[in-house]
Amino acid sequence: MRSLDELLHRAEDLYRDLRFSAVREWKARTGGLAVGYLPVYVPRELLHAQGVLPVGVMGAGDDLEIIRGDAFYQSYICHLPRSTIELGLNGALDCLDGMLFPATCDVIRNLSGMWMMQFPGKYVHYLDVPQDFSPEVGGAFYRHELEQISEALTARGARPLTTAALRASIALYNDNRALVEGLYTLRMAEPWRVPTGELYLLLRAGAVLPVEEHSAMLRDYTALVTATTERRPMDQARVLLCGSFCEQPPLGLIKTLERAGCYIVDDDFVQVHRWIRGHVRSNGDDPLQDLVLAYLHQGIQSPIRYIDEAKKGQDLVDRVETSGAEGVIFCAPSFCDPALLDQPMAVAAIERAGVPWTAFKYSENTGQFQVIREQAGTFADSIKLWSE
Amino acid sequence: MTDTAADQTRGRPAITKDASQERQKAMIASHFTRLARAPETGDKCAYTFVPGNLTELLNSFGVLPVLPEINALQSGMRGKSRDYIGLAEKLGHSEDVCTYVKCDIGMLKSGNIGPTGERLPSPDLLLLSYTGCFTFLKWFELLAQEYSCPIVMLHVPYQGDGVITDSMRRYVVDQLKKKVIPALERISGRAYDEDLLKEQLARSARAEDDLVWVLESAKHRPSPIDAYFGGVYYIGPIFTAFRGTQDAIEYYRELRAEIEERLRLHKGPVTPDGELGEERYRVVVEGPPNWTSFRQFWQMFSEEGACVVASTYTKVGGVYDNGFRHDPSRPLETLAEYCMGCYTNLNLPTRVQMIARYVQDYSADGFLINSVKSCNSFSAGQLMILREVEQRTGKPGGFIESDLVDPRYFSASNIKNRLESYFQMIAQKRAGAQ
Repeated sequence: MRSLDELLHRAEDLYRDLRFSAVREWKARTGGLAVGYLPVYVPRELLHAQGVLPVGVMGAGDDLEIIRGDAFYQSYICHLPRSTIELGLNGALDCLDGMLFPATCDVIRNLSGMWMMQFPGKYVHYLDVPQDFSPEVGGAFYRHELEQISEALTARGARPLTTAALRASIALYNDNRALVEGLYTLRMAEPWRVPTGELYLLLRAGAVLPVEEHSAMLRDYTALVTATTERRPMDQARVLLCGSFCEQPPLGLIKTLERAGCYIVDDDFVQVHRWIRGHVRSNGDDPLQDLVLAYLHQGIQSPIRYIDEAKKGQDLVDRVETSGAEGVIFCAPSFCDPALLDQPMAVAAIERAGVPWTAFKYSENTGQFQVIREQAGTFADSIKLWSE
Repeated sequence: MTDTAADQTRGRPAITKDASQERQKAMIASHFTRLARAPETGDKCAYTFVPGNLTELLNSFGVLPVLPEINALQSGMRGKSRDYIGLAEKLGHSEDVCTYVKCDIGMLKSGNIGPTGERLPSPDLLLLSYTGCFTFLKWFELLAQEYSCPIVMLHVPYQGDGVITDSMRRYVVDQLKKKVIPALERISGRAYDEDLLKEQLARSARAEDDLVWVLESAKHRPSPIDAYFGGVYYIGPIFTAFRGTQDAIEYYRELRAEIEERLRLHKGPVTPDGELGEERYRVVVEGPPNWTSFRQFWQMFSEEGACVVASTYTKVGGVYDNGFRHDPSRPLETLAEYCMGCYTNLNLPTRVQMIARYVQDYSADGFLINSVKSCNSFSAGQLMILREVEQRTGKPGGFIESDLVDPRYFSASNIKNRLESYFQMIAQKRAGAQ
């Protein structure tokens, strides 16, 4: 087994590698297709079952100077699509045979059309996920969406979808989700063992590694941090970080929050790993339908998902309780419609529950953290000093 | 207050109005009056949106539509939006998000007084027609916190691949059958009457024929209409409460007759300062107008002799000039196709194709994009649209930025400078070509 340092270096190298070398190596090794996806959720199991590597394109963080990407967007549009376009234009995404744009917001939606025009030879699909959650209506529509993707991948050289392969892929991703969830649970119980800066790097590694390799990495990390005796608890405030589900914060921001006295005990990072709660049925006669049903009935209550029956904000209150968070930090990207439009409802719910909160915004390339550090530090202090 | 009265109060010359415009204003005022009286008359109201509106279906149940975007733009035109937005921001709504939403929330928190000065009724149903705009989803989630009425979601799939598939159509129709119609039956106490719906849809198609004729009259030189600033008046009835009504048929018939007469007399469009004199520039405009300085914005065009011959904003509540008409023989399918065909539900390549076609078909000198901060559905990708349309048509594109109803984002001098430079560039190109 690798040492913890080696493992984390590998994860950080993957995170910083804006040429997607791991994907290129995988393609050279296997000859398979690689298809990118934007946040927040795509059914990776389907791609995997056809021998396609799903690749999360999560922006370029603070490591890439945006030159041409800015020429595509006005000042009042978030940063993620700028860096995505930049990565496309500088050749970093040449290794991808296609891109999936899930229904997240109007910016990502329109980016799908821009991609069609800018990269005409590539497979591009806007994945319209249902907002009706009955199997016979929204489920039928979603199933057709998945079938369309599957057929398009086959037409481009991927293996045809088989029941056995999809069952196997579902099982692999179930295992992967359980490992991620296990780390979240461990962090809730003993946050000093699982610093969020590390957990985040592991989540990001899962965006580019084959699921089998990623699961091995998660397994190793879990064993190493469980066994270590070097990490000890500190007197930090337990906070839940809310709103960072699409454009990701820079790693420096996450570390800043931890250094400012916060234990992040729950968050929204790289949500594709946690979108489906629990296992997807992996032994049914119709695994594609099982994938559909999991989306309909096991999806998290994200701001991009219509909540038809549940009370808005209650899910956040429940997460606060489950995680033992003492406060909530609303940490949304600037100009993020889903997060920022949702925020007043979420704030109202946690205020009713008597949970302290604070809020700030970021961009993926935010480079100055002093103000955030002071704000988060004051918030953590206030929790420690004044909370009952 | 009407525009005319408001203009007189502000000491500006009154806008000259055609008979159809007076009729249109009377129709819309009567609708708001009916809404204001709903608590006494017992009329049921559904809050819903302009894109993908189901007016004929609502009318068939006797349910009145309330359209929050219309209320917001009216608040913008009446100078109320600044305070409403400010109030919403004080209540925790981000400065980054749609100002229609904040204007609506601010209006609600200020007593929900509509454009005619009367209180709007609370909704009996929130009909979330989720068409072409992500913000709609959050908007009605926010409203659902304020009202105790039921909410029903109609998810309209996006034309990501530029086509409507059978699966998409079936998805919308199934939602209409299983969710929307039962909800309307519950609040209205009436059973679904398909024959009544068919009658409405047949009337819609007749009005749509005349609307398309009016919009396409701008292909003439000079154009008898302004298809953007004037166009927002023309689309008023059909985008709001009147599609499927006899009133709409009569309005569009009258409008068409007026335009026919203007064509016969070789007259240009009516502008805030009277008839447009020489038509010096013909442009296509992409994006919604600014509402807080609507008249001033229009004048920046008319003072330069610029006429907007086609616009995309006038397709936001339905694209009819591609041949689509509501088809009474397939009532629910046609509603589904209507919803999916609204402009902001079209993918970017289709939008580019449409604008390029307008530039060519309407013999435009160029096209302008008014990029509004509030609306990512329109705005995200417009800089690419600009380059693509320029490339395809060889005509120059211009780019200005403003907002829908937030007056803080309307910088008159900047916009005027840009427009003047843009028109000068067209003039120079023209001179160079000669």
